[in-house]
Amino acid sequence: MLRATQPAIEARGVTRLFAGTGQNAIRALDNVSVSISENEFFTLLGPSGCGKTTLLRLIAGFDFPTAGEILLHGQDIAQLPPYKRPVNTVFQSYALFPHMTVAENIGFGLKMLGKPKAFIDARVDAMLRLVHMEALRNRRTSQISGGQQQRVALARALAPQPKVLLLDEPLSALDYKLRKEMQIELKRLQHETGITFIFVTHDQEEALTMSDRIAVMSAGRIRQVGTPGDIYGRPAERFVANFIGETNFLTAAITVTGDCKVRATLQSGATIDATVAEGFQPNGSATIVVRPEHARLISGAGDLSGTVDNIVYFGTDTNIHVHLDGGEAFTVRQQNARSASCGFQRGDRVGISIGNNVAQVLRD
Amino acid sequence: MVKRFDVRQQTGFVTMAILCFVLLYLPIVTLVVYAFNNNDSLSIWKGFSLRWFHVAWNNTLVIESSIRSFQIASVAAILATVAATMAALATTRTRPYPGLTFKYAVINQPLMVPEIVTAVALLIVFSRIKIWTGYSGLGYLIAAHTAFCVPFAYLPIRARLENMDLSLETAASDLYATPSRTFRHVTFPLLWPGILAGLMLAFVVSLDDVVITEFIKSGGQDTLPTYMLGQIRRGVTPEVNAISTVFLALSVGIVTVFFFVSRKRT
Repeated sequence: MLRATQPAIEARGVTRLFAGTGQNAIRALDNVSVSISENEFFTLLGPSGCGKTTLLRLIAGFDFPTAGEILLHGQDIAQLPPYKRPVNTVFQSYALFPHMTVAENIGFGLKMLGKPKAFIDARVDAMLRLVHMEALRNRRTSQISGGQQQRVALARALAPQPKVLLLDEPLSALDYKLRKEMQIELKRLQHETGITFIFVTHDQEEALTMSDRIAVMSAGRIRQVGTPGDIYGRPAERFVANFIGETNFLTAAITVTGDCKVRATLQSGATIDATVAEGFQPNGSATIVVRPEHARLISGAGDLSGTVDNIVYFGTDTNIHVHLDGGEAFTVRQQNARSASCGFQRGDRVGISIGNNVAQVLRD
Repeated sequence: MVKRFDVRQQTGFVTMAILCFVLLYLPIVTLVVYAFNNNDSLSIWKGFSLRWFHVAWNNTLVIESSIRSFQIASVAAILATVAATMAALATTRTRPYPGLTFKYAVINQPLMVPEIVTAVALLIVFSRIKIWTGYSGLGYLIAAHTAFCVPFAYLPIRARLENMDLSLETAASDLYATPSRTFRHVTFPLLWPGILAGLMLAFVVSLDDVVITEFIKSGGQDTLPTYMLGQIRRGVTPEVNAISTVFLALSVGIVTVFFFVSRKRT
């Protein structure tokens, strides 16, 4: 693994401006730097308009940065046209060629690369096997279902053995069950081919289940990069905490107690121990976050206390909304046991126990 | 139950529909029927015969002008379609910008300027060029036909391009196809039915033209329509019906062939 230390794709200070309708240019990407390792399943996650697709298009070569470099194994490819980059894309609309068969679609890239016919045929067969589509080799792409088209699009992009595979919200057109299947399928393909995947999505659940690492984006910037566990459990700022999963936000006065440790004092005077991301020095007032499932509801006194406001049942879990004594709203999530009741009722006085290493101070 | 509005149930719908079809097709049916009339008169039936088809077939002027018509229409349609394809690519494969609508208008100019104006204008310009160059061949007619055929070829090609998913071309470039190979392997095959439609339309429009041709043709350059026009001035026989019938059959044939070709491709 000589290249293990060198990232597969690296963006350095990439900015992309679009001419706006008025005088203001739109900053689709604002000084973005990110490094994606070889053989990684990397996800760009964010709401629509956050710049994730723009970044993908810059890596593919469909668009060019206003400033900055895009390195592929250390070589700047930012100005190369797409047909000169060993990078392939799975499009949101699949973009299968309607005048070609499934096999012709899959073989297209290799044909354009000038590979001999026998080689292409063998590779197409291998790809068809990889995505379990052998039976549909000679079908027209208009004669197969959406899920099958998805597989053909994947096979077509993988056939030329790109250094990096880009996936632009490829699962968004599929229904829930098929999407779940394809998520597992994509992970398997990434594992089997060993190709670096860069996956774009606005679906946080999809990002959390599939990725090795996630970059959360908003307004043309990368807000946080980390493993799904980091992003979910240790959100660095309000946007990330808010965008991914449900969270309780509490305003508190902060006193530093140790290395990356603080004591947060809430409005009611209750105190919680919280952690701080490295290199961040909070002082005075700050926002702390607690995931609903990391808190526990108890009948006696807890770290916090309040009154049960509402109980919302949804299958696997129950959300209990608590009105804290300080006036804030706080949600606790409990996994449902075999007996349906959560053991509390509206109006009950309750305590909330928050374990160590659970509360986190946000950079706003 | 709420009755749905159905135009077919409006009073007078059937009458109107029948009237329209009668007005559209009765004259043509009459023309075709009388082409087989065994009489010198256009309107008095005297029995079935192929006599006028023989007459037309043996009339060298008819055959010559027909050949000329097909020559002009073929060359003009091909040239117009090539120009229209390039124009359609240039006007659809770009971000909309101010002035694009103006370009549409310029390309479609022959649809808006009265034909007679174009005819007079071309007559004046071509007579100048004739004096300078001394050339008086079919080139003038071909140039004129090409010019007014462009918008007819342009419209179906542009419609086809606008319906084509742009990401297909992006996908081709992503899969190592250079711009020219993208055009050859993706854009052109998908555009082909539109090009064919444009070609056929341009061909039929050129074949059919009277006004511009009448103005700018030199002596001995009659096309089939202008020859027929001349004949009618000299008194009509069912020979004109016979020629028209063959003409009609050919047009219908071309359109039918196109219809099946384009359906197969999509």
